[in-house]
Amino acid sequence: MKPILSTAGIEFRIALRNRWVAIATGLMVLFALVLAAAGAAPTGDIGADRLSVTVVSLTSLAVYLVPLLALLISFDAIAGEVERGTLPLLLTYPVSRSGILAGKLLAHLLILAIAVSLGYGAAALTALWADAGAMTGMAALIRLIWTSVLLGATFLGLGYALSSLARRPSGAAGLAIGLWLALVVLYDLGLLALVVSGADGGPATRSLPGLLLANPADSFRLFNLAAAEAGGAAGGMGGAAASIPLWQSALSLMLWPLVALALALAAFRKVTP
Amino acid sequence: MNSTLTISHLTKRFGEVAALSDVSLAVQPGQRVALLGHNGAGKSTMMKIVLGLIGFDDGAVRVCGGSPGAANVRAQVAYLPENAAFHPALTGEEQIRHYLRLRGENPRLAPDLLARVGLRDAAARRIGTYSKGMRQRVGLAQTLIGSPRLLVLDEPTSGLDPVSRRDFYALLDGLAAEGAAILLSSHVLTEVEARTDRILILSGGRLEAEGTLPDLRRKADLPVTLIATPAAGRQGDVLAALSGAQPHGPGQVRLTCRQDQKLALLSAITALGAQIADLDLIPPSLEDIYTHFSRRSGQ
Repeated sequence: MKPILSTAGIEFRIALRNRWVAIATGLMVLFALVLAAAGAAPTGDIGADRLSVTVVSLTSLAVYLVPLLALLISFDAIAGEVERGTLPLLLTYPVSRSGILAGKLLAHLLILAIAVSLGYGAAALTALWADAGAMTGMAALIRLIWTSVLLGATFLGLGYALSSLARRPSGAAGLAIGLWLALVVLYDLGLLALVVSGADGGPATRSLPGLLLANPADSFRLFNLAAAEAGGAAGGMGGAAASIPLWQSALSLMLWPLVALALALAAFRKVTP
Repeated sequence: MNSTLTISHLTKRFGEVAALSDVSLAVQPGQRVALLGHNGAGKSTMMKIVLGLIGFDDGAVRVCGGSPGAANVRAQVAYLPENAAFHPALTGEEQIRHYLRLRGENPRLAPDLLARVGLRDAAARRIGTYSKGMRQRVGLAQTLIGSPRLLVLDEPTSGLDPVSRRDFYALLDGLAAEGAAILLSSHVLTEVEARTDRILILSGGRLEAEGTLPDLRRKADLPVTLIATPAAGRQGDVLAALSGAQPHGPGQVRLTCRQDQKLALLSAITALGAQIADLDLIPPSLEDIYTHFSRRSGQ
């Protein structure tokens, strides 16, 4: 445990010095505030408190931003050590490869947790300031924070895996951007095309829930929107979410980090210094 | 006696190329062993195998009674990579504290370790601002953590100035006296000559020669050179009196002979009495011996 904590401490310090903590937090706060300001209009006719509505907007933001931040933080984790030449020495120390990864993960998760908590927190404060009854949306906000950290863990793990496979930071960065585009942007476009082509309720439409659950970003969105739906805040925004039971999206959200980290460890074990 | 490191019939291939072929050696506790070889002779490959960083194809390697790279073995082995590198954003002290914690030692020892390698004043500065020699010394500091039973040092003195080199070998002497086995590689043959117990010459992945410097001298059987300085105006007489003598530099005479003819030649020279003003005997240097053994294998 001590080597893991020490690795986490060192990684956090490095991230602090490289301004990653500041960049991640700044981005989250900025986007969350913009969203909170822009999304302030439609509250009146939905009949939900202001914070719950803000959380629904933040969910759409987090789906894009959290994976991006996680990949930006993680793509250098192994490839950077290889390029700097620090990996061979580290691997001769009595610390396992899983311990090294766990230490990095701990530090990077902490950075993400700080960034999303401060970002969402800023948006929540503006909601509370405008609407005294917004405290009822607090549960939704906390749910958004921990699910964001889980989503971040998934993409951190995928980032480590790509970093191990690429062995060079430039290659790892390219792969990370490609993965983000594929999983977060293009995947949904593909599903949209599927829905449009199979509007008659054929096999394509029936496979849609499964396809949504197979994608970590989509299950994050499903879970938060379905939970918000139950609270009446999403106001029909979670149409797809309503048809998939909450436990299924929750399960996908919890399993993905484990799968991603197993992939990361398998890829890291293949790296020979 | 139990060897700290035993390698027997080690073979490592990268595709078709044999990086190491049938290498056998042993390093005892307290012994300082130098590994000499050209770039690509297999030195770094052998070290990485000993450390468990890469696997091997044939043979056997035992390190501190275990397999290379096993967790309990790693705890007893220290490594200094060629061109030691660290994260530039960390200070020397932060880096060493981290390494101490990874080995389960007290991180408060970091300032002492850095002071031992002459980095007391730079401890609080980021490694990104260090010179190459300073980074090398951070590397040395981390090999001193705990009480390693085996130190594997790849070109440890590269980037160090002559004074730091002397200090470094003094540190090694102390570690060896405490029973640590030391395997180091070097290009600088003159310093290896004086500061190690045994020399291994690796060439083209084969162990070409092994032994103490006198052993290797005897095996190589290279000619000995004698430089005689005749008394004023007697150079011609001396050249005539000694067969095979050549003029050398300003007014000197150069002779070479085989090892076993050395004493006979010496008495022939001393027999010339007052005609000789001075005499220097130059044994073959480690460079000559090294060139001899590595050339023999066609390198």
